[in-house]
Amino acid sequence: MNFMSIFIGAVLVNNYVLVKFLGICPFLGVSKKVETALGMGVAVTFVMTLASIMTYLVQVTILDNFGVQYLQTIAFILIIASLVQFVEMFLKKSSPSLYEALGVYLPLITTNCAVLGLAILNIQNEFLLLETIVNALGAAVGFTLAIVLFAGIRERLELADVPESLKGFPIALITAGLMSIAFLGFSSLSI
Amino acid sequence: MNLVKNLKNGIIKENPIFVQLLGMCPTLAVTTSALNGLGMGLATTTVLIGSNIVIASLRKLIPNKIRIPVFIVVIATFVTLIDMFMHAYALELYKSLGLFIPLIVVNCLILGRAESYASKNSVVPSIFDAVGMGIGFTIALTVLGMVRELLGSGSLFGATIFGGSFEPALIMILPPGAFLALGFLIGLVNFISKKRTA
Repeated sequence: MNFMSIFIGAVLVNNYVLVKFLGICPFLGVSKKVETALGMGVAVTFVMTLASIMTYLVQVTILDNFGVQYLQTIAFILIIASLVQFVEMFLKKSSPSLYEALGVYLPLITTNCAVLGLAILNIQNEFLLLETIVNALGAAVGFTLAIVLFAGIRERLELADVPESLKGFPIALITAGLMSIAFLGFSSLSI
Repeated sequence: MNLVKNLKNGIIKENPIFVQLLGMCPTLAVTTSALNGLGMGLATTTVLIGSNIVIASLRKLIPNKIRIPVFIVVIATFVTLIDMFMHAYALELYKSLGLFIPLIVVNCLILGRAESYASKNSVVPSIFDAVGMGIGFTIALTVLGMVRELLGSGSLFGATIFGGSFEPALIMILPPGAFLALGFLIGLVNFISKKRTA
């Protein structure tokens, strides 16, 4: 497997948010401003990469080794939850400014299905460690790209004249639908 | 009386999809057909009922500080059970829902009900709360699945509805269709509820 094709595939062709529907909650929830969207993107990138590495190692050394693959869901969600907690404590000590900037988004990442989905997909695709890391980075960049673009559109949307009953979430969903159509265009990329 | 109120609350007043907008990922991803929506809704309802029962009965034993990890482990256990159960008895559905079965763990609806209802109420009301929310979720998913299946492949629960002259709008069963259909459905719900209050 070519690293470049895994990366481009995760960013554009199989964008985790707009094509695979993973991480919709933060995508809709924290996309009112470009700045906060970018903060969320950075936090997710950080956690996704670390979580992918950790879950891969646990899968290989513990779950596969002892033949208890059915514990995958429980094990992975615990790893992600404790990892998020750990990252939070670590940032608080070492880099208070970054911690301030990420704020409430850090704990929210635990329930971001993109992180757990990515971890499970890495195992399902039988990626090795390096491929896992590249795929995680691609997924995270794709997430950040989608949420920042979406936030940019939503900032403009605030000023638009939208029918009363479509205000708020409905028009945001329709906007996301149009973005998703645009991303479908990438599916013809042959890499 | 109160229990009936719990039920209705989840189905209409606080419908998880149309009103609270919780659990969006599975909603958008699996509703390519009415049957998939129904299956996902029922699986989530089962997990929700199980986790609400366990959390409500253990609520006095769970230390406040570590309640979230405890909730997640309880939910993950039920998800693992339903995952194995579906693998054994509903292989077709299991294959088409795929990744989204383990991802029920991170459905904010379930953790949300554990945190805001089951951890504060006794077992019986929590069951009714879970059933109400579950039915509300299932109805929303099934309706969305029906709309997308009807427009996207011209059928309903697998049975062809429109004749050969109907050209299915493929976009509706592709990812963008999920966003568009849900956007317009929520808009419609808003429109109707405004009409009724006015």
